[in-house]
Order: sequence, then C-alpha cells, then structure tokens
Amino acid sequence: MKTDNNTEREALFQQRVDNEEKIEPKDWMPDEYRKNLIRQISQHAHSEVIGMQPEGNWITRAPSLRRKAVLLAKVQDEGGHGLYLYSSAETLGISRAEMIEALQSGKAKYASIFNYPTLSWGDIGAIGWLVDGAAICNQVSLQRTSYGPYARGMVRICKEESFHQRQGYEIMLVLAQGNEEQKRMAQDSLNRWWWPSLMMFGPHDSESAHSAKSMKWKIKRETNDDLRQKFIDQTIPQIEFLKLDYPDPEIKWNEERGHYDSGELDWEEFYAVIKGDGHCNRERIQHHVKAHEEGEWVRQALHAYNEKKRAQKAA
Amino acid sequence: MSTEKLELFEVFIRSKRGLDHRHIGSLHAEDHEQALEYARDCYTRRSEGVSLWVVKSGDIVASQEDDSESFYDPSDDKPYRHATYYKLPDEVNNM
Ligand SMILES: [Fe+2]
Ligand SMILES: [Fe+2]
Ligand SMILES: [Fe+2]
Repeated sequence: MKTDNNTEREALFQQRVDNEEKIEPKDWMPDEYRKNLIRQISQHAHSEVIGMQPEGNWITRAPSLRRKAVLLAKVQDEGGHGLYLYSSAETLGISRAEMIEALQSGKAKYASIFNYPTLSWGDIGAIGWLVDGAAICNQVSLQRTSYGPYARGMVRICKEESFHQRQGYEIMLVLAQGNEEQKRMAQDSLNRWWWPSLMMFGPHDSESAHSAKSMKWKIKRETNDDLRQKFIDQTIPQIEFLKLDYPDPEIKWNEERGHYDSGELDWEEFYAVIKGDGHCNRERIQHHVKAHEEGEWVRQALHAYNEKKRAQKAA
Repeated sequence: MSTEKLELFEVFIRSKRGLDHRHIGSLHAEDHEQALEYARDCYTRRSEGVSLWVVKSGDIVASQEDDSESFYDPSDDKPYRHATYYKLPDEVNNM
C-alpha cells in the first residue's frame, strides 16, 4: 500500500468508483463496502438456490416431455447461478460454509418471492415471465456494479437468463389462447405473482436502508423504484398481448410522466414475508437443510475415495 | 538437484480492471515469486495489464479435445437452452 492513511485510501477507492473502474478482490476497500457486498451477493446466491424449490415442485408434473426438459434445464441454470454468486462472494473473504450457515439459521435473507407456493402449472409460466423478468431487470443493471467479480458474474448470468423469461411467456401464451379453464389459470397466476414480483425490487427508495451508500459506491446502479417502474412499463404491453386483465385496477398510462401509474404495494405483507411469515418460509429452509444433510454421505464418499487414491499413489 | 529443469508456469493477465484474467503464455521459474517477476518482465513490457496470475502448469487439469464427444455432446440436442428456440410474436419479441 502506498499510504497508511485510511482517508486517503478511501479517497482513492471512491475516485476509482467514480471513474467507472472496477474494484477487484485484492484492492483495498472500505469495510462497509465489503460487508455490504457480502450481504447483497450472498442474498442473491441464496435466492437462486432457494428459487429452485418452487419450480422444482412442477418438474415431475410438467404437462409434456418438452416442458419437462425445459423446466429441468432452467432449474439447473439457477443452481449454476447460485454457484457463480457464491464464488464471487468468496473472493471477499467469506467462506461458502459460513454463507450456508447464515441461510439455514435465518440470519441471511433471500428474495421473499420464493416463499410463495406454486399452485398450478400457470405459476411456472408466471414465474419465468414475471419473476425472471424482474430478476433480469435487476441483473442487467448490476452488470455495471462496481465490484469486478460480481459484475462479471452478472454478465454470465444475464446471458443464460435469456431463455428463462421466454419459456415462461410461451407457457402463458399457450394458456391465454387456450380454453376457458386455461385462460382462468393464466389470469389467476398473473394475479398472484404480479405483486410479489414488484416487491422483488425492494422497499421504496425513501425506506431502503442500504440504498444511499450502495448508490454512492455503485454497488447498485439504479434505485429500487426506478427499476420497478422500468419493469412495470415493459411488462404491461406483454399483459395486453396475452389479452389478460390487468392484475391491478389502478394501472393506467400517464402521458405526462411517460410511464404507467399503478397501485401501492402491500408493504405489510412484504415485511411479514421477509420476517418469516410467508406461506413457505419454514418449508424452504427445512428442505434446504434436509437436502444438505442427505448429501453428507456423498461428500464423505468423495473424501474417502480421494484418501484412497492418495494412499495408492504414495504406495 | 538439477538447475536446468525449472518448473513450468502458466501466465494469466488482466488487461484492464473489470476484465477476466486471460491466458497469455508460459515460462520457466524456480518458484511462484520468481515466475511472477519473470511474467512481469516477459509479458507486460508495454502496459499490457494491471494484474498477473501464475499457476504451475502441472496443477492444471484439462479436458482433452478427443473427449469432447462424451464431454460436451449433450448440449447439441438441448436447443431449448437457447433463447432463440422460443418463437414469440413480434409484438413481444424484445423479451
Ligand atoms: Fe438465475
Ligand atoms: Fe437471478
Ligand atoms: Fe432465471
């Protein structure tokens, strides 16, 4: 280090960020920046992994072999996204085991949308279309985040995400053009997933605890409310094309703003689900713990096999 | 110990902040530190990069191109992993 002085280091750091240069793992960075990143990246990683559960729920019941293969491929991708993100968090000095422990003990959060149940096949369409759509909005923006390994992970993830949303919309399209029962299913899924999807962008900017610092450090590049508006604006024409009803009666084009207006979110529900009182919070974590414990024999077997190979080599 | 047969190292370079390290070449050295210094002398004489990695070649485990059929083959019959597989009407095709 050229200087021992923390204010000078911090000034240099901020200058880099302001100049749109990436921060890389071995660079000096403020402790708060590191902590903030670990929180956000691990939360993102947990979301990818926990998000496999609601969709995994329908793999065995997909309506055709094609749909089943597609859903399997998508869920497999999400597991991979978890891996990219855990690895990029690990470059900040936290271990995978610590992150998993924080998830399983409830210390760490994940996107609360995955605490909603998948009740019908239409939900698989709505998740791909809306939940991945919202995630993509956020992730496209994060391709420009200031931390190098996170930004590069986002580029990789965005490339892979491109089919997730399209397969979801394709499911919706088939249902919406189907018989009355199928149309009802599509409408019901849209109605149930619309609000939680909007909540994925987090609290209003005025309420967001981490926003100001995250913007200054360019961990986040666009605010929660801006990203939410972007998502609403791009999704409403897609709802219209499906000839489904708006999931929110207050949706209306606002000529003056050049954006759609829409109704207020139920923030009480938002905080209740975050605090653990969603439909599936307990189930999701229990399942994660169970899968982890049931995998223990595989890890042990791998280890034993390695020991054996090493002993053979030594002999 | 022979001083002729130095260990082979692979060199990776990050040309600019924000980019991945890329393989750029290899060299012989006594140990990691020396490899790093040689790498600087050999590969960054014209400000080619901002960060170097050196890795012992022997530590790299690589798949073989001959294996590619069994290693990568399944991808070709899974076109649904690509966005273009899903034909959407023009009105919503910007998705
Ligand atoms: Fe993902
Ligand atoms: Fe994601
Ligand atoms: Fe996805």
